[in-house]
Amino acid sequence: MPMLRIRGLTHYFGGLRAVHDFHLDLEPGELVGIIGPNGAGKTTVFNLITGVYRPTEGEILFNGHNLVGKRSDQIVSLGIARTFQTIRLFKNLSVLDNVRIAHFARASYGVLTAVFRLPKYVREEAETRERALELLELMGLSEQATWVASSLPYGLQRRLEIARALATEPRLLLLDEPAAGMNPGEIAELMELIQWIRQRFDLTIVLIEHQMRVVMGICERIKVLDFGETIAEGTPVEIQNNPRVIEAYLGEEAVV
Amino acid sequence: MKRPSLSFLSRVLAPLRAAYESLPPPVRRWTTPMLLAVFFVIALFSPSFINLYWQQVLIYVGINIILTASLNLVNGYMGEFSVGHAGFMAVGAYVASILTVWVFPRWGLGEYVPYLFPLALLIGGLAAGLTGLVIAFPSFRTRGDYLAIVTLAWNMIVKSVLENIDAIGGPRGFMGMQKLTSVAWVYVWVIITIYLLRNLVYSNFGRGTLSIREDEIASSLVSVDTRKVKITVFVVAAFFAGIAGGLFAHIIQFINPRSFSILKSTDVLVMVYLGGIGSLGGSILGATVYTVLLELLRPLQVWRWVVGPLLLVLLMIFRPYGIMGMREWRFLIPPEERVETVAALMERIRRKREAVAAPAPAGGSSG
Repeated sequence: MPMLRIRGLTHYFGGLRAVHDFHLDLEPGELVGIIGPNGAGKTTVFNLITGVYRPTEGEILFNGHNLVGKRSDQIVSLGIARTFQTIRLFKNLSVLDNVRIAHFARASYGVLTAVFRLPKYVREEAETRERALELLELMGLSEQATWVASSLPYGLQRRLEIARALATEPRLLLLDEPAAGMNPGEIAELMELIQWIRQRFDLTIVLIEHQMRVVMGICERIKVLDFGETIAEGTPVEIQNNPRVIEAYLGEEAVV
Repeated sequence: MKRPSLSFLSRVLAPLRAAYESLPPPVRRWTTPMLLAVFFVIALFSPSFINLYWQQVLIYVGINIILTASLNLVNGYMGEFSVGHAGFMAVGAYVASILTVWVFPRWGLGEYVPYLFPLALLIGGLAAGLTGLVIAFPSFRTRGDYLAIVTLAWNMIVKSVLENIDAIGGPRGFMGMQKLTSVAWVYVWVIITIYLLRNLVYSNFGRGTLSIREDEIASSLVSVDTRKVKITVFVVAAFFAGIAGGLFAHIIQFINPRSFSILKSTDVLVMVYLGGIGSLGGSILGATVYTVLLELLRPLQVWRWVVGPLLLVLLMIFRPYGIMGMREWRFLIPPEERVETVAALMERIRRKREAVAAPAPAGGSSG
């Protein structure tokens, strides 16, 4: 039984078919890439998995749980976390708070416990604070823990978004174009980081990316989407030599 | 930090701050509670050295602080737009008044009414909170202007319902309350409100609330149950508005539906945005400045009612974050949340880990 099992996933925006008959079986520990030209439906697949949209048709099973119809926060609590194509940090809040917010579902105290500052609240808050800071330290953001998130340089904002996703303690991490807007040096760092967190947190990762260097460099398996259809699937080498991919992605005369 | 600095205020308060910093830590630990106690004693004896008029102004300041801080939770911290706070105030005011005027005396508790006053206020607050729950449930199905429309309607409904219940005076109003609200009582309720709200703001719920304002989609995608947070926060705000209503009823000793019109709600909105969104200190400041300002403008007669709405428009355009938007007075931040405490804890964690393993690649201090 795969960890994530997607069958016949189809989604329409009005009359526009954004995703059609998408299949995916994900074994624990895999690192799978999804590529495709702009508007191919890659981000929509992430939005369908995480409950931002409700699929028109299809089935999404995660460790035996049916995700269709569940709220985003419930899906995240089951162990799926994601980052965004355009960074979506809580800009006016501190770096520490950004990470602590991701502990929301794990806190077990109620409003009254919080309001009256009962021992349980004090204890859990101390624990949350410590764990969030440990994660920041691990992710190389220790110097910036008390900064406002928007004051971080771009590369660190990306890093914080990954840290925030990790704070939900996911089993499956969905990364949506993490290398967007990065220079070659930062991209090399990012590739190293992705492989490191995969080991460290024992993660299964799905990666949407335009930077071929990243996808070809670290993914074991790649799916190619075009206009919502899956046009190819295979190892990086197979994909690079697939004529349909070359045509859809790079134009007919391009040289890979 | 990119926010504008509070240069004027901090310059005025700098010497005080320096004196405070020079105190030994155990003394510092007890400074705030001691000061609060001293102020309580002053409040207790204030009737003997402050005239009735200024006592009343002080009481209004206190009531308005409670209203402002609670509405700030919804409009400032959560970034929603509720415009019907006076509706919840009305519920609290009428329920508390009915308790002290009719219910308690009828149960033969007439002479204990002054002691039962806190209970009446609490029940008034709970009633307001309950109506808040009823409003919140359907309102938070969608985001945006919807809440403003629902709360506006709510405020008008409360007013017309009260006008049409003859048993509680209808449009003529309800009277017979004893003057139970004193400077000392208001002071105590303000301290309780600010303390409880502070605890809420620096909890899991508070952070969830802030994250909804910042980015609701991202918030639910990092496991925040946004619907639960919204409803909780809205009910808490309604509860404290109810408390404020009860206090209000027992100082003017006469309430009528018009006291809780949309104008009253507008006043609270002005105080929230004047003081600053997402700041309890700002709420205290906004309520105080605006209440005293309106008193000083009494010679303008009816024209002073132009000041509020005009101020609201100007604030929204020129200073949408208010005086202390999203900043907080130091004494209102729990010690464990202050920047230097967090930095010290970070340092400890870093040292502990340095011996064990290497951090993530390319991380570390550079940036």
